[in-house]
Amino acid sequence: MKNILTICQKEIKSYFVSPIAYALMAIYAIVSGFFSYVAVGYFLDRSIGAMAGRGGPMDVNEWVIRPVIMNVGVISLFLIPMITMRLFAEEKRSGTLELLITSPVRDYEIVVGKWLGALAMYTCILALTAVNLSVLFLFGSPDWRPIATGFAGMLLQGGCLLAVGTFISNTTKNQIMAGAMTFGVSLLMWTFDWFTGFKSDAWAKVLAYLSLTAHFESFSKGVIDSKDVIFYVSVIVLGLFLTTRSLESLRWRG
Amino acid sequence: MIKVEGISKRYPGQTAVDNISFEVEKGQIVGFLGPNGAGKTTTMRILTCFMPPTAGTAHVAGFDVLAAPLEVKRRIGYLPETPPLYPEMEVAEYLQFVGKLKGLGGDQLRKRVAEVSEKCNVADVSKKLVSKLSKGYKQRVGLAQAIIHNPDVLILDEPTSGLDPKQIHETRDLIKGLAGEHTIILSTHILPEVEQICERVVIISRGKLVATDTVENLKNRMHGSHVIGLTVETEIDCRPVQEKLERVAGVSRVILKESFTGSHSFEIESLQGRRVQADLARAVVEAGWNLTELRQVSLSLEEVFLQLTATEAAA
Repeated sequence: MKNILTICQKEIKSYFVSPIAYALMAIYAIVSGFFSYVAVGYFLDRSIGAMAGRGGPMDVNEWVIRPVIMNVGVISLFLIPMITMRLFAEEKRSGTLELLITSPVRDYEIVVGKWLGALAMYTCILALTAVNLSVLFLFGSPDWRPIATGFAGMLLQGGCLLAVGTFISNTTKNQIMAGAMTFGVSLLMWTFDWFTGFKSDAWAKVLAYLSLTAHFESFSKGVIDSKDVIFYVSVIVLGLFLTTRSLESLRWRG
Repeated sequence: MIKVEGISKRYPGQTAVDNISFEVEKGQIVGFLGPNGAGKTTTMRILTCFMPPTAGTAHVAGFDVLAAPLEVKRRIGYLPETPPLYPEMEVAEYLQFVGKLKGLGGDQLRKRVAEVSEKCNVADVSKKLVSKLSKGYKQRVGLAQAIIHNPDVLILDEPTSGLDPKQIHETRDLIKGLAGEHTIILSTHILPEVEQICERVVIISRGKLVATDTVENLKNRMHGSHVIGLTVETEIDCRPVQEKLERVAGVSRVILKESFTGSHSFEIESLQGRRVQADLARAVVEAGWNLTELRQVSLSLEEVFLQLTATEAAA
């Protein structure tokens, strides 16, 4: 446990002493700020219509917060490969992995420590969305509970992609390769449920179940469904388990 | 302290280490010698539990590298060929990180960081970023990292490679100073280094163990035949001179070293136990040539090494 914390701390530090953390946070702040602005803009436009007697009841949660949270998922699809690509690839190239492996530390402690470090970085990025949404509280009274579940969902979903990215980073020495592959795999995991649009056989259902977005739906509505939590947690555990095994196999393969 | 029994490491189509066995006593400094690609790094990586052997066992401080890797890792300090440094960390911060990884904490950690910084002469750069350090400092930080948890065994992979002569000298002194407290294995292909620092030598070539002995014994062992350096001044060609020398009784081999117009240098090996200097001198003078040099060539460790690894390569 102590070792996990040591490695996690080191990862967080290395994000924040390099430009990576600030660049990612800046990019995210701009893009998510734009998305929030657009969502609020639409909402205002509609509410003028509502005052004139057209349209249904207005709901900040439904019209602003939910789309913003869904969009955040899309941005993280692009940012997560950039967070995870360096995790192992960099240490392999510079030879520092040799230090970690020859230290009295278990393999899973290295993997979990690194993943937690990446998750902390991702949490810092998500926190910027909280800033955007908190503005809404100044002018209205949105329900905070869907926001909380939305954040829980974003963390779980991000955790899955981070675990996938951690695994992929461990398969190569090349950061660009790791980033590109993570992006590809994340995008596929994101869009698996498109199958159900035109197919309804067993395979389509299985693939749709594996889709990350399908499980996010309920979180953004303010519902924590144990089915979805179990799905996300099991993807995270599987990803980290595979990373640990592949770290071990590096030695057997030399 | 270290006991290696018949370890091998095989990759598909290639054997990196082939059935190597040796032992190292507590407190000894052992030089691990071999040409590049001989299997030095692989053997060290097996000892540090970086990779498991394909066959055989190795024990460090009584613990098996396969059965109890965590115990072995706790007792080993390892400096790989390129020091495993994080460029974005400060020196003190880096040493603290490694200390924590090795299981130190609290006051003890702070004390050890200060101690090893002092010992390895990196205290003056403790607030500097690792990426800003010179090669010599980086190497010393690497060494400080290896000894931070006061390990029983130190494994150093080419600790002086890439340093300038002054830094090499300092690093050697530092390593010598660490002997006694620690059992040290260091690999190198610089032979004078072994003569200066090490008590024992393990020579490997193409993955096989060629010799393991003390430096003195190795040199003596190779002194079976004497080598004599000889320079002759004459106007004639080198061939007849060489043939004449070969006919001297007791000479087993004559090797032409250098040949200029008017001067030829040879190295002459004699049969075991024969002193041929006087006969050689007489032969040269009787032929009417000038003898300008006649000296005993002592075998350096380098030549011992070359002889040992060359026979291995031929076989």
